[in-house]
Amino acid sequence: MLGASIKEDMEEQHRKKEKRRFVLLTRLKQNKVAFLSLWFLVVVHAVVFIGPVLWPITPDELTDAGALAGWTLQHPFGTDDLGRDVFARMLHGGRVTLLVGLCAMLFSLIIGTIIGACAGFFGKVVEAVLMRITEAMMAIPNFFFVLVALTVLGTTPFMVVLVIALTGWVEIARVVYGETLKWKEYEFVEAANAAGASAKRILLKYVVPQILPSIIVSGTLAIAWAILTESAISYLGLGIQPPTPTWGNMLQNSQQYIWTAPILGVLPGVAITIVVLAYNFLGDGLRDALDPRFAKK
Amino acid sequence: MNQIHKEKLLEIQHLKKYFEIKGGGALGKRKQTLKAVDGVSFDIYKGETLGLVGESGCGKSTLGRNILRLQDPTDGRVLYGESNILEYSKKDMRRLRKDMQIIYQDPFGSLNPRFTIGQIIGEMYEIHGLAKGAEKERKVKELLELVGLDASRYHSYPHEFSGGQRQRVGIARALALEPEFIVADEPVSALDVSVQSQVINLLIQLKREMGLTLLFIAHGLNVVRHISDRVGVMYLGKLVELSDTDSIFNDPAHPYTAALLSTVPEADPEARKERIVLKGEVPSPASPPSGCNFRTRCPLATERCSQEVPAWQETRNGHFTACHYPLEKGQTLKEAVAQRQKPSDNKTNNLIMA
Repeated sequence: MLGASIKEDMEEQHRKKEKRRFVLLTRLKQNKVAFLSLWFLVVVHAVVFIGPVLWPITPDELTDAGALAGWTLQHPFGTDDLGRDVFARMLHGGRVTLLVGLCAMLFSLIIGTIIGACAGFFGKVVEAVLMRITEAMMAIPNFFFVLVALTVLGTTPFMVVLVIALTGWVEIARVVYGETLKWKEYEFVEAANAAGASAKRILLKYVVPQILPSIIVSGTLAIAWAILTESAISYLGLGIQPPTPTWGNMLQNSQQYIWTAPILGVLPGVAITIVVLAYNFLGDGLRDALDPRFAKK
Repeated sequence: MNQIHKEKLLEIQHLKKYFEIKGGGALGKRKQTLKAVDGVSFDIYKGETLGLVGESGCGKSTLGRNILRLQDPTDGRVLYGESNILEYSKKDMRRLRKDMQIIYQDPFGSLNPRFTIGQIIGEMYEIHGLAKGAEKERKVKELLELVGLDASRYHSYPHEFSGGQRQRVGIARALALEPEFIVADEPVSALDVSVQSQVINLLIQLKREMGLTLLFIAHGLNVVRHISDRVGVMYLGKLVELSDTDSIFNDPAHPYTAALLSTVPEADPEARKERIVLKGEVPSPASPPSGCNFRTRCPLATERCSQEVPAWQETRNGHFTACHYPLEKGQTLKEAVAQRQKPSDNKTNNLIMA
């Protein structure tokens, strides 16, 4: 009898925990556009990361179909100016583009979170130095910074990721900084101090977890920014170098055929646009879902 | 009242906490100093409950936090045994935290919303490397039972509790390391009246069982009466009166205490007493009045009060006051005012009888 009630109690607790974990997803569902974007992105990522393994044609292969061939079953998106399969290039290009976006976002998040959290939490000199650096970065036009840095450092994929990340962290640092300032004033943070916790423990166990939602939102927006930047610099010839395909350098390559084979430009262009848009929608949706003030009326 | 062992646990000497406020002035360059705590000295004896009362903003919470060094005081000393804890290194301070704990006013903000109750209390053991895993869980559950919560709520989150229950969690957290001294910073102010007495009784019981020393901060005198051995009254950053509870409640010496006491509601509807309503509001601690802080609202104030800062002295045995004209034993404020008015009648005074 008693055993049964305890078991019930534990199940109840477990259910509550589960409910809490999925509250974000439930709230996100209420925002149709954001939820659709989430699914769309899941599908796009699955296709782009698994697709190249399944599709038999490699992106560099010069096919028998010849240059600028039309759409056939064998080559669903036709071939490009060198006779390479466009579908294969879209898959591989998407993989590179999204990978660059994800990596750059991760780098940005790490740099931005460390700088923002330390500045907000430790205050005084740390804050002054870190926030002045952040402000100095904001004063430099991002795009020119990227162009100059890549010209100097070279255009290896790692450098592309690094340079994009170096421009992307600033916004994240400011968001994290503001949130840290807010959360460190809470009494439970002071209580941790009163308990004798070290500064490191308080920052990592008490403050940063509270900021995690904001970091996730910033992350989705940072991916969008990274993808767009990568595409833009690839278009200018400073990004990932051909023959490795990316959506950006495919776009650049297609411009000479804009009248003869417009589809070559339209495909990567549309892909970039929808993915960036979806990330932005998702970011907005997540922000609303995480902010109780925006909870469904 | 309990017998107080007259052994000092803490000696607070001339403690000051000033805050710099920026802003003001055309370029925002004028700095103002807010004297939240302005030279407070008193002793805390082992095993006693010292009540500390005062209006909002009088610096009582700041005082509590500065004694525990949750904020760093501007000046002064806090002697714990022979050593001044304000000079402790960060490492020593962290070790000392085991012996000195705090219970917060806000049962919502003081518990980490992302931790379960088990994690919140368990942290105390983990921080000091005292218990882990199953042993930690057993200890936390014992504590939960001790403060009157169901041990099965170990895995619950703070938002699943009521205000009173959360406050019990806060108390359990403070007790976890078996401290010697606890600052209870308005632990019942945020609770319903019916729950207030439960929490106070719990504190009294735990204090007795565990031999704690308690600094109990509250803004109403009625709350501290039940729990305190001695009571200190603060006004605008300064301690104005300190004595054992009976003496404070029966024979207040400071006009401010007398006025505060007159506002404590009486349970007996027959007992009509005269309420003394003080004129005006508490002046800003950024620009306190000259001389005695209380003189702008004091019905007994004279020229002298605006010039001389009243000294903190023992007016009666064990009864400390900072006032130029302390009330005598058995004298009410009204009588004192009447006596004052006799020689020069109808002088405007700050007293309104209500």
